[in-house]
Amino acid sequence: MKLFKSKKIFLLGFIFIASCIEDAPLDSLSPAGPYARSIDELFWLTFWIAVGVFVIVQGALLFSVFYFKERESSPDPKQIHGNNFLEILWTIIPVLILAAIAVPTVKTIFDLAREPEDALKIEVIGHQWWFEYKYPDFGITTANVLVIPEDQPVRLEMWSNDVLHNYWVPKLNGKRYLVPGQTTYLNLQADSPEEFWAQCGEYCGLSHSKMRGRVISMTESDFAAWVANEQSYAEKELPESSLAAEGQLVYLNAGCTQCHVIDGVWDVQGDRIAPNLTHFANRSVFAGAALKNNPENLTKWLANPAEIKPGTFMPNLELTEKEINALIAYLGTLK
Amino acid sequence: MTKIIEPKKQSNIFKRPSSETGIWSWITTVDHKKIGIMYGYAAFFFLLIGGIEALLLRIQLASPDNNFLSAAEYNAMFTMHGTTMIFLAIMPISAAFFNYLLPLQIGARDVAFPRLNALSFWIFIFGGVFLYSTFLFGTAGAPQGGYLAEEVSRLGSAPNGGWFGYQPNAGFKYSPGTAMDYWAIGLQILGIASLVSAFNFITTILNMRTKGMRLMRMPVFTWMTFAVSFLLAFSLPIIAIALFYVTFDRQFGTTFFLTEGGGDPILWQHLFWLFGHPEVYILILPAFGIVSEVLPTFSRKPLFGYPAIVFAGFGIAFIGFGVWAHHMFASAISPVAQAGFGLSTMVIAVPTGVKIFNWLGTIWGGKLKLNTPMLFSLGFIGMFVIGGLSGVTHSIVPADTQQTDTYYVVAHFHYVLFGGAMFGIFSGLYYWFPKVWGKMYNEALGKIHFWLMIIGFNLTFGPMHWLGLQGQVRRTWVYAEETNLGFWNLIVSIGAFIIALSILVFMANWIYSKRKGPEAGFDPWDARTIEWSIPSPTPVWNFSKAPEVKSLDDFWHMKYDEDEDGRPVRKEGADALLAELEEEGLNPSEEIVLPNPSYFPIILASGLPFLGYAVIYKMLPLAILGTLLILIGSFGWGTEPLEEEFMEDLENE
Repeated sequence: MKLFKSKKIFLLGFIFIASCIEDAPLDSLSPAGPYARSIDELFWLTFWIAVGVFVIVQGALLFSVFYFKERESSPDPKQIHGNNFLEILWTIIPVLILAAIAVPTVKTIFDLAREPEDALKIEVIGHQWWFEYKYPDFGITTANVLVIPEDQPVRLEMWSNDVLHNYWVPKLNGKRYLVPGQTTYLNLQADSPEEFWAQCGEYCGLSHSKMRGRVISMTESDFAAWVANEQSYAEKELPESSLAAEGQLVYLNAGCTQCHVIDGVWDVQGDRIAPNLTHFANRSVFAGAALKNNPENLTKWLANPAEIKPGTFMPNLELTEKEINALIAYLGTLK
Repeated sequence: MTKIIEPKKQSNIFKRPSSETGIWSWITTVDHKKIGIMYGYAAFFFLLIGGIEALLLRIQLASPDNNFLSAAEYNAMFTMHGTTMIFLAIMPISAAFFNYLLPLQIGARDVAFPRLNALSFWIFIFGGVFLYSTFLFGTAGAPQGGYLAEEVSRLGSAPNGGWFGYQPNAGFKYSPGTAMDYWAIGLQILGIASLVSAFNFITTILNMRTKGMRLMRMPVFTWMTFAVSFLLAFSLPIIAIALFYVTFDRQFGTTFFLTEGGGDPILWQHLFWLFGHPEVYILILPAFGIVSEVLPTFSRKPLFGYPAIVFAGFGIAFIGFGVWAHHMFASAISPVAQAGFGLSTMVIAVPTGVKIFNWLGTIWGGKLKLNTPMLFSLGFIGMFVIGGLSGVTHSIVPADTQQTDTYYVVAHFHYVLFGGAMFGIFSGLYYWFPKVWGKMYNEALGKIHFWLMIIGFNLTFGPMHWLGLQGQVRRTWVYAEETNLGFWNLIVSIGAFIIALSILVFMANWIYSKRKGPEAGFDPWDARTIEWSIPSPTPVWNFSKAPEVKSLDDFWHMKYDEDEDGRPVRKEGADALLAELEEEGLNPSEEIVLPNPSYFPIILASGLPFLGYAVIYKMLPLAILGTLLILIGSFGWGTEPLEEEFMEDLENE
């Protein structure tokens, strides 16, 4: 009983319980949509069967160790070489258990792969190390934050621009690879308006661990408003001699336009290799969702991107503090 | 004292090595026991290095957003940890067991091709040294066009594309520098070593069995060696081809895996896992064999369901070639393929279950002696069951798409390869310690080792299941504080250091007991198989005369009869028989001819790394040097007889 009186044990237990309750944004066991839920049900079915097998086998093991342990009085055991009936039994019973799990497994595999009717199509393009999103129906290009309508299936058409990536929103569905030169598909659906975390699953080079994302589900009206706003272009003419106007000059002259696009400000044909910044200020995160979108983080990022994401394709432009502040002010206007 | 006949005349143009002690006796040896011991020490050395790499990883992950290691260093460490543990630690430590025990268990004097055996060992050593020379010469950096804030350190200049080397990330464009070339060519060299030994063991088992050693009388460890050798022989050519493709892509501008050139990155995954999954069984089956020897000995019962265990082992090996795509359920494979490979993965659980139930049947009703090897074998069953069950959850494809690429998988395969393979290997190391050294290990230290290891192991890998389900992805250099993964990561890191402590206890025990341990005596375990019917440490000639085997567990039946209850009764003459066996074993009455040592295996093997460097650095002189060494080795080998002719024979002519 001394064990339970120990405060440390109590504290450890408390932390254990606390850490279970505490919200983990990438928790795969808290499904928030029908696809993730169907996986979750299958997982728990298997889990409890596995627990049953675990208890029986470990129970038999521990029982044998304690009961058949060598004692002075114990005689040498009978020399039993085997038992055909038992062999057949413990071959057939696992087969039957597995067959029982196999049926819902195969059904769920095909259910998850089926293209839902009336799904909103969104293209997901993997880059080292950020996700780009395109809404072909609306002509929208954005990055890092995927916005979807609540309670409506979304069909992701995905490919990669460079290496293999693995798109994962644990609360909405399992993972699916993004492969260069090949299109893969994944369905998402969220029950209610919420912000979810996404993460690249497959090792994709230096900053793989910082290839993250957010998925925001919205009510239908909010989503419509978001679409309308995303379709708008950025303001080209800014109030003269404002800090933001200075920032726009930095943006145009420092080299940012080599890789980035702000619709309405710099007319370019075709894609650029870096995220479209037209509505940058509306995104809660940036830099592959590795950083929250606030002036402090932007300062760090613009001063030396590779410091935060090793291997990044964004060069250190050797910006002065003044230029950085101006740029941040300008980026803040991109709503 | 011995009656080994020494060669009297030099029949070769090169002078034959003749050292019996000292470093040259080891370098030129063709004795399977010496080779086995060298395999063991070299593998353990790499195990320590792989362990240190793991500790560095765990320090980095002990807290969120840590910067103990840079991204380049972290990625290099996890790549080298995986590569080292699989190819340089567990595989060769299994090879150590194969080499030492296989001829003893089938009553042979050596393997079928003793010099080939030495060759495979030296190729392994040179392959390992070549791979690790990346820390001296290798280079790694950002993908083409990417930027780094600081130069990559030496630690980060090791291969960093993962032990699985997924393309195109591990290709020249996204992994520039030479580090991944060291990886690809290093594995290629190591693969040759394993292929060579696979054919050697298959031939040995088929041809070198002593009189009466029918296949179904072979010890299970020998059976598992047989199965592993076939797995190696069939799976290594696949990875060899895939690695050639990679090397060609990286060095000579081919586009096997590059989409831009019409290649396919998923092709690499198919090739890699078609090798990689049988590889899992290459790692675990030797441990199955060891446990199948230890459990009956310390339960004082025969193995329950011997034929079932043998056939289940081969069933696993066979089905193991049909499940590879379960590593790719999130890849671009169709639902039909997902369903097919999910079902085949479920099927492989059945023979695995058969083995576990038979082991339980073996200890059930036995008289269990809970010493260190037995504890490790029992721990093996307990831990392997956990790994097996989490493996079944991977066959549930939709659930696997949540778990794949997370720490849940890391937990799973460490329960299989550490809780399984390594626990089995430690069990074997303690079990055969007296056979190899003639001394007894320290039981108290052995038990401390076991308990520290099983506690540290579960503390390290148990919480990883939870971390994976909570969304911690694999190969993650940092994780955000908001993910709330910090607490369990800290626990995991503490567990890793407890494992490290247990390894120190093991080393202390080994070093101390080998020198100062009490004499083990003849047959210390009252064992069942014929390797215990000869003196310990094993005499250089193994069996003074070829034994004749009359049944399974022949040595046991020499000592014991059964009464009408089926309980063993020690034969009256058993003790006298043992004394006679020891006397005869130490003083052979017949003339013994042993294969002679040779310089050529190590010379031949030493050419391979030079060819590797020549490919990486495009240096013709190195290629010529490497080729010359291989030619000299082969020529000398070819002109040198396995055994020198003897004076008597010559006089008779």
